[in-house]
Amino acid sequence: MTKKQKVVLYRIILTVILLVAMVAADKVLGVENGYIRFGMYMIPYLVIGYDILKKAVLGIIHGEVFDENFLMAIATIGAMGLGEYLEGAAVMLFYQIGELFQSYAVGKSRKNIAALMDIRPDYANIEEDGQLVQVDPDEIAIGTIIVVQPGEKVAIDGVVVEGNATLNTSALTGESIPVEVAPGDSVISGSINMSGVLRIRTEKEFDESTVSKILELVENSAMKKAKTENFISKFARYYTPFVCYMALALAIGMPVIQLLINGTPEWKLWFIRALTILVISCPCALVISIPLSFFGGIGAASARGILVKGSNYMEVLADTNYVVCDKTGTLTEGVFRVNQINAAGEFNEETLLEVAALAEGFSNHPISKSLKEAYKGEIDLTRVTDLEEISGHGVIARVDGREVVAGNEKLMKKQNISYELPKAVGTIVYVAVDGEYAGHILIADVVKKNARQAVKRMKASGVKEVIMLTGDAQAIAESVAKEVGVDKVYSELLPAQKVERLEEILSGKQPKEMVAFVGDGINDAPVLSRADLGIAMGALGSDAAIEAADIVLMDDNPDKIITAIRIARKTLGIVRQNITFSLIVKFGCLFLGAIGLANMWMAIFADVGVMILAVLNAMRALRIR
Amino acid sequence: MKKNYKVEVDCPNCALKMEEAAKKTAGVKEATLAFMTQKMKVEFEDNADVDAVMQEVVKNCKKTVSDGEIYL
Repeated sequence: MTKKQKVVLYRIILTVILLVAMVAADKVLGVENGYIRFGMYMIPYLVIGYDILKKAVLGIIHGEVFDENFLMAIATIGAMGLGEYLEGAAVMLFYQIGELFQSYAVGKSRKNIAALMDIRPDYANIEEDGQLVQVDPDEIAIGTIIVVQPGEKVAIDGVVVEGNATLNTSALTGESIPVEVAPGDSVISGSINMSGVLRIRTEKEFDESTVSKILELVENSAMKKAKTENFISKFARYYTPFVCYMALALAIGMPVIQLLINGTPEWKLWFIRALTILVISCPCALVISIPLSFFGGIGAASARGILVKGSNYMEVLADTNYVVCDKTGTLTEGVFRVNQINAAGEFNEETLLEVAALAEGFSNHPISKSLKEAYKGEIDLTRVTDLEEISGHGVIARVDGREVVAGNEKLMKKQNISYELPKAVGTIVYVAVDGEYAGHILIADVVKKNARQAVKRMKASGVKEVIMLTGDAQAIAESVAKEVGVDKVYSELLPAQKVERLEEILSGKQPKEMVAFVGDGINDAPVLSRADLGIAMGALGSDAAIEAADIVLMDDNPDKIITAIRIARKTLGIVRQNITFSLIVKFGCLFLGAIGLANMWMAIFADVGVMILAVLNAMRALRIR
Repeated sequence: MKKNYKVEVDCPNCALKMEEAAKKTAGVKEATLAFMTQKMKVEFEDNADVDAVMQEVVKNCKKTVSDGEIYL
């Protein structure tokens, strides 16, 4: 509890004691004198309500009439004036209890959510004269060597210069599989070192590091308000004055009508009813529970490595009917691997791969890299001589003195080598040795393990269409589409054409249907921002993607898309429950209060009780799995 | 120009009112107050004197919500 809350708590306790004492004294002694009775109840009333009365007066001075302080002041002063001393003091007491609970519950849930997202490193170690010194990460310059011991967080992005360790990135990605790092590897701030001492040369300032970027994003997410939130704030602006005028109409209008009809106005009865209504008029339950639900949902998502940039995106996510995916890096690994080796002539799979890997040994082209990766043996580059790299075609080199030609179809044609046409789709490296065709190696991007399941689950949960866009050749695109099970595929698209396709999809849907685009953030930023909802995937460490997207999936698991949709839908569900519940109870009590079936105590429940229930319900959003 | 400020406000309805008050202050282009994170983001008009405008914002917020604090 904060200091402010403690003071209120003491005042509440004191008031309860005073009230009990006063009621006892009143009953036992049977105080007859009206002034003394009034004075007796005024003490607890002022103890509990002085600040409300003060705020009400200040409000009137500043022209802020319709706030809840004013309402409570009017309601309780009215009750006191009518001689309902106990009621007046009790209403004030319960109002304060409610306020205290609200500020406590909200504070607590804020802290819970904040703790969920607490990845902020408090310090970094640097070495000074052989001693480790803890310093504020803010003060560390680029290029400093920081030391991260087991159990500590990496404070700043950088490169390992010494030491091996296992890093836990679950706070960032939601994935519990640890990552091994060795000298030369990049490490991302926010990951936790689980074993071994690491020396890291920082490559960014703390403010620019991943962990700061993520924190900034999550903390600002509450600024982007959802439509529902804006609706509620508008509603609140009209609701309170409406209730006040209704109370006024009841207090004055009804007795006047009675006076006109039968000449016996019941001023006191209608006045009490009007006061009861005033107590119900605070819109707090609604106003608090909506952002709290959204914030809980955003917290729950971020605990699973899904960063949502604003409450408004939760709404869009919940209504997503079309998911448009980029292929490379989203549904596929985005890494080229040797998929198939078809040897011919004197060669077998192993020897074919060996000559190809050696011939391409000096190249850094992604295809060469995947060949070298696939070849298990050591690549002894002294065996390679007379290397000639032909850009856009391949290489010609001598391996152990034999001429090796490795490259694409164009190269084979150029060299007049007859070759066999492969059946599979992908990038193909043809190899010829001493002018004779020796076979081909198929290199293809691999479909992610859970891509198929992810698409299936999206469809099962009500996503109408999953569409794939790619710049790749039609054959490759279609084989991937078939393997993953998407509904539609558009291939051979330039980045600008991807935007055009998306525009088509956007114009072909119903206005209420939402289109989400999922990409890896590399060269699809225009599409990300054009879609109703841009989801960047595997964005850990990629600032551009974090910038362009509305939702950021920290790891590259396509299954997270459906997790995000599910969290958003449940959050929206809770929001709707809270709105409906609060409105029904409030208007119900307003009506009952107006016809005299609800008393002050029910009014207090309508105000404080509904708020408590709504806050508790909102907290469920945090626990969505 | 945009700036973030820490605020202290107890009730969500008060937060809404403070947001309104800040928005209406001259020199403020847009203001958002997030009750959940207790932060206020203020976007200033192009040639506004930030310090002077914020003094006004604090004054206007105090008027509407007497126990709300903005930490400059």
